[in-house]
Amino acid sequence: MITVGIPRALFYYYYFPLWKDFFQNLGVKVVLSSPTNKNIVNNGVAMAVDEACLPVKLYYGHVLDLADKVDAIFLPRLVSTAHKEFICPKFMGLPDMIKSSGIKLPELIEVNIDLSRNKRAMRKAALEMGKHITGNTIRILKAWNLAVISQRQFEHIQRSGGQLTPQALELWTEETGNATLGMQQEIPKVALLGHGYNLYDRYVSMDIIHKLQKMGAEVITAENVPDSIIEEEAARLPKRMFWTLGKRQIGAAFHFLKRPDVKGLIHIASFGCGPDSLVGELIERHMRRAKTMPFLFLTIDEHTGQAGIVTRLEAFWDMIEWRNAQCQ
Amino acid sequence: MPVTVPHMGNLAIPLKAMLEYVGLEVVLPPPCTKRTLSLGTQNSPEFACLPLKINLGNYIEARELGADTILMAGGLGPCRFGYYAQIQREILQDLGIDMKMVVLEPPDASIKDFLDDIRILANGQSWLTIIKAIQLAWYKAKAIDMVDIKLEETRPRQNHWSDADKIFDRFLRQVDQLNEKTDIYRAAERAVDEMSALPQDWHYEPIKIAIVGEIYTVLENFVNLGLEKHLGRMGVEAKRSIYLSEWINDHIFKGVLPLKSNKTLRKLASPYLNYFVGGHGWETVGSAVEAARDGADGVIQVAPLTCMPEIVAQAILPEISKDRNIPIMTLYVDEQTGEAGLVTRLEAFVDMIRRRKFIQEVSSK
Repeated sequence: MITVGIPRALFYYYYFPLWKDFFQNLGVKVVLSSPTNKNIVNNGVAMAVDEACLPVKLYYGHVLDLADKVDAIFLPRLVSTAHKEFICPKFMGLPDMIKSSGIKLPELIEVNIDLSRNKRAMRKAALEMGKHITGNTIRILKAWNLAVISQRQFEHIQRSGGQLTPQALELWTEETGNATLGMQQEIPKVALLGHGYNLYDRYVSMDIIHKLQKMGAEVITAENVPDSIIEEEAARLPKRMFWTLGKRQIGAAFHFLKRPDVKGLIHIASFGCGPDSLVGELIERHMRRAKTMPFLFLTIDEHTGQAGIVTRLEAFWDMIEWRNAQCQ
Repeated sequence: MPVTVPHMGNLAIPLKAMLEYVGLEVVLPPPCTKRTLSLGTQNSPEFACLPLKINLGNYIEARELGADTILMAGGLGPCRFGYYAQIQREILQDLGIDMKMVVLEPPDASIKDFLDDIRILANGQSWLTIIKAIQLAWYKAKAIDMVDIKLEETRPRQNHWSDADKIFDRFLRQVDQLNEKTDIYRAAERAVDEMSALPQDWHYEPIKIAIVGEIYTVLENFVNLGLEKHLGRMGVEAKRSIYLSEWINDHIFKGVLPLKSNKTLRKLASPYLNYFVGGHGWETVGSAVEAARDGADGVIQVAPLTCMPEIVAQAILPEISKDRNIPIMTLYVDEQTGEAGLVTRLEAFVDMIRRRKFIQEVSSK
């Protein structure tokens, strides 16, 4: 049985169930790279160009971690996952960047996923991916359709079930299916905004979710907001946002601003993140105009220290509790 | 309704000619200075790329001169430039600066918006007048490029280092005033002749360095700190990968004119980069390959710090450097970049190339 490696980085946090199921349905063993650790960070930082953002540097590290363990590595070029939208230029050049890095790579399962012009391009991309495993078109499409159902379940657990992505990834793999452990509306919440690969990577985010939970905060993220609300809220911008992740963040931010149970908003961005430099600015300006809740902006990179983050989180949480006490 | 446009190299000259031809009042921002930079930097998001900040400085300074409408280009992503105008509008609003923004989005975004914008800019003129206005702008852009290319050739060869630049600056002032095709081209030819007549060393063979990278930082001398001038003074012939008229052809006429276009560069970028990465990333990779093919001795990539497409290109350029045996250096510029630091790096790069060339020549004999 051949093994396909999937780096535990970037869009792993968005599409892992889809990819895993697809390859497994085709009779392939899927291997994940180790959770981010110091070694992976150091390797990534050493191999990538200095100016790249931390998540991209980590991707190098995760690919290297897989390189001698698997027969093939899944290295998609994620250009666009929605009509007239893009992810980020760095995602679009990622396979070429990895290939120029000098890592000794096994076979690569490369595919361009570009739905910016044509929604049906996904089927074609699936066939292209499957061709590396089998020549049987029907088998590939069948595997794909089943995988899409898993992906929908995974998204459902987050959007309607109120589960954060790391739990959703666990629940989904344990096949407990349609968990509807919805959040209680009354509990005060802190909204975390940021790209999934920063928020949910425990090493990168300094485990910020658990830190907040330990302080007593309930955490809600953009992934917990249904797509229809995101679309509706993001449409309030005079110009359509053309970054998929940026749109989700700004839509969620507008939504959280209206919710009485959300008491504060934290935006986490990688140092040097292009889209976030503008999306974050928009969120901050709208927050400041609304003047309804505290806002914390955290920039993270490979040099970020635990202590600094903890201090800022504690101060932020103290402020929220103080404000709550004032209100009562 | 005095209209203003942000600076990008000498683009303001043809743009101003076009807008004035249809009868609009144009107030250009003063040339970019330290003040433009600090006004822009103070009020922009910290991690935004440099062009956004300078544009904003331009607007504020143009406002001081009486402009109340901004003409700006838009885009469909994924490069940040497509969202510049939106962010700048929010910033101006919070600053309490009341300026109307006309954002020219590509027609495929929304035909109606595009036509509406054109109508504002056309100022009620007939199509014939509009076409003539565009033609006038085109002649000016072509003429500027003609002299610019000659300037690049003359700089390393001239005996006195600022002669050719003086002629070029005078020519720019002249061409700004002219409104007839024949006059414009005659002025350009005269400037070229004057440069040829300068005392210079005709036997000197300068080393050639190609300048590739993000278009704004390549074209705008203020943000690249006079990169080409410095190279010229070191006796290096700098050649840009893109000229104003080529950019206009690619982005405004969608590459219909028979000039070197981005399609050629994209083909050259294969196999190193096979996909559009936003901005000029693809073209940067192609230009580096082109430079190596055309016998350049080195390549310098310039880009604003955190520019996403150029980071992709930067990650790929070492591969080209190795394959084609050509030195490549990357320069990122932002508001912190100092001229002395830049000159030191350029000198080291140029010394290395000279030494390399010398060794190659000796060993081939």
